[in-house]
Amino acid sequence: MEQMIRQVLADYGRLPVDAMTLDVDADLYRCGLTSHASVNVMLALEDAFDVEFPQELLRKKTFESIFAIEQALSGLVTSDRVSSV
Amino acid sequence: MPVTRSWEANSGAVRAGVDVASVAAVEASITRFGDRYLRRVFTDRELSDCARDDGPSAESLAARFAAKEAVVKVLRPGGRQLDWRSIEVRREPDGSCSLALAGEAARRAQHAGLDDLAVALSHEGDIAVALVVALGGSARGIEEPEGA
Repeated sequence: MEQMIRQVLADYGRLPVDAMTLDVDADLYRCGLTSHASVNVMLALEDAFDVEFPQELLRKKTFESIFAIEQALSGLVTSDRVSSV
Repeated sequence: MPVTRSWEANSGAVRAGVDVASVAAVEASITRFGDRYLRRVFTDRELSDCARDDGPSAESLAARFAAKEAVVKVLRPGGRQLDWRSIEVRREPDGSCSLALAGEAARRAQHAGLDDLAVALSHEGDIAVALVVALGGSARGIEEPEGA
């Protein structure tokens, strides 16, 4: 999951740093993630993991680090699987 | 005696926010994500205002995105991400633009006592810019002697 998140950030985050080597806890906004780029990252993550971010997860904290994104996605993937059973 | 008009500096009743957006970035998002991107960020009215014969105007949408960000700076919601569609830029018949807030954005504005928002948009080349000025109910002009 972490590698896919890094790839999405590399493709859509428009970061001036290498997303593939960023620390998982690095603050993505401080690294240059803009609000508009975070919209693209969100949509690309939805495509990559076949999930949809609900409105309550659309907060800055959700996308503030690779670790935070992974946490949010883990919850979504799990709840999607549970609801489809 | 000549006077200048100023606003109470410590009332918190006047707020301003400004932001810029890349036209190319908006264009790329439309190309890559299409309607999913447009519907997640913009309201029906905004999409109608920005519709052209050859598709949505990236310049106009970029200016509206900048305006939404400028409003967020005015509302100061902290870590909370407001629904982009709760901040709507409306084109008026005279060509000017106005703002309409809904949901959490409207509640934030009400809580802050901001009851009048003005917006100005512009774009040049790849850059779109928006300025938002908000006045609260407690805002009042005071006159001070020039040089005071």
